[in-house]
Amino acid sequence: MIGRLAPVVGPEPGPLLPLRVEGLVVEAAGRRLLDGLSFTLEAHRCTVVLGPNGAGKSLLLRVLHGLVAPDRGRLRRADPDPLRRRLAQAFVFQKPVLLRRSVRGDLAVALAARGVPRRERRARITEALALVGLEGFERRAARTLSGGEQQHLALARAWALRPQLLLLDEPTASLDPAATRRVEAILADLRARGVTIVMSTHDLGQARRLAQDVLFLWGGRLVEAAPASRFFAGPEGREARAFLAGELPD
Amino acid sequence: MSEIGDAAATAFRLLLAADPELLAIVALSLVVSLGATALAALLGLPLGALLAIAGFPGRGLLVLLVDTGMGLPPVVVGLLVYLLLSRAGPLGEFGLLFTPTAMVIAQTVLVTPIVAALARSAVADLLEDYREHLASLGIRTLATVPILLWDARYRLAAACLAGFGRAAAEVGAILIVGGNIRGHTRTMTTAIALETGKGALAQALALRFVLLLVVLAVNLAVPGLARAARRIEG
Ligand SMILES: Nc1ncnc2c1ncn2[C@@H]1O[C@H](COP(=O)(O)OP(=O)(O)OP(=O)(O)O)[C@@H](O)[C@H]1O
Ligand SMILES: [Mg+2]
Repeated sequence: MIGRLAPVVGPEPGPLLPLRVEGLVVEAAGRRLLDGLSFTLEAHRCTVVLGPNGAGKSLLLRVLHGLVAPDRGRLRRADPDPLRRRLAQAFVFQKPVLLRRSVRGDLAVALAARGVPRRERRARITEALALVGLEGFERRAARTLSGGEQQHLALARAWALRPQLLLLDEPTASLDPAATRRVEAILADLRARGVTIVMSTHDLGQARRLAQDVLFLWGGRLVEAAPASRFFAGPEGREARAFLAGELPD
Repeated sequence: MSEIGDAAATAFRLLLAADPELLAIVALSLVVSLGATALAALLGLPLGALLAIAGFPGRGLLVLLVDTGMGLPPVVVGLLVYLLLSRAGPLGEFGLLFTPTAMVIAQTVLVTPIVAALARSAVADLLEDYREHLASLGIRTLATVPILLWDARYRLAAACLAGFGRAAAEVGAILIVGGNIRGHTRTMTTAIALETGKGALAQALALRFVLLLVVLAVNLAVPGLARAARRIEG
């Protein structure tokens, strides 16, 4: 998986968005995990991916970040250069992976991977930690942080990379209500700074608070792609209506 | 009983007086085993990392070989190196048999699989944990090597210590290729194994004491490393 990825060095990324997804298919063992998805991500918007367990949300995010290669279909970015476009994205996993290093060391590896010069790293680290309220944590062993703090650190790390497109897989799934609100505030702040956000969540309240667009997945298919206001006011399909009502369609 | 008592008393005198022959034996033992461990680290750490990270044809077989090599009996290794170095062997022209160099070679062969196998499992565990994150940062396979080696450093150091412990305590390999020649290739373990019954009981007892200290030091260092690792790894 790692071997397929392009090296990351070099120039500042060009514009990445809009990102057009066309006829995306991912299969495994003869099953279509993602079945012909087509949609467009516009710049500076927050898109929330909704759907029940196993609908394909995590998989879709992985494909968008190039961690899984689609079997069919394609992603068309405004900037066609694969090397530059990877520079412009960052991913936050549901369960953050932290290195066996200090907080600063963990962030430094990510920055080094993106070719951020050494003299610039410290300032970026300080700023990113301040963003998530982890000032003064630089020298702590990253993995001794609490679950919530680790999630904040993962977010800080992603922000330190200055992505144009930030992908998050259930970023608040393991957080208490206060920490959840705090992450939401950070995400709103990032969007105000021009970062395009795509995230999955099971928290419908959160989706209402953050989403401008909604992608609703059901069994690997994109059954609804709509502005959030329209989606929450009354989705068209019965799957989405049932999902919002918290029941299962037959 | 009194014979052993006398020997023990003499052993203490030898230790306290820093008997030159005793010191030379201890020094040679440490030099040979440390040298072999250093070489084994040089070969085994990259080999282990390669086996953990890279996919190539024959990798599975090599992993099996290395894992099997961990349990090689020292006498088997000794015999193998003996055949290589003996006058009729492929490396016979260098005249290395019954020299400290031969002993280093034999122990290197013995210890390298241990270091490589432990390094492989350490790096493989780490990679499993890190893979998606490193991939998400767009880091190429080759560039993950220094990150993985550094983050596995405590387990890699423990692997080297395990290798050193094995080298320092073994007698079969260095006995066969070194010959326990007094003043030349005699080490703590070969002296203890062969000199006990020959009236050199005192010296053997003194050496056993030193060897115990060495083994003790290794066994104290391992949990020390683990504690240090927990502090930084969480
Ligand atoms: N590598 C894989 N091989 C086979 N099946 C897979 C693989 N990855 C995911 N799947 C399957 O694809 C489907 C979608 O998985 P995905 O993780 O995207 O779901 P999700 O929408 O994120 O669910 P959740 O809400 O539980 O996180 C699931 O049925 C899952 O079992
Ligand atoms: Mg998921």
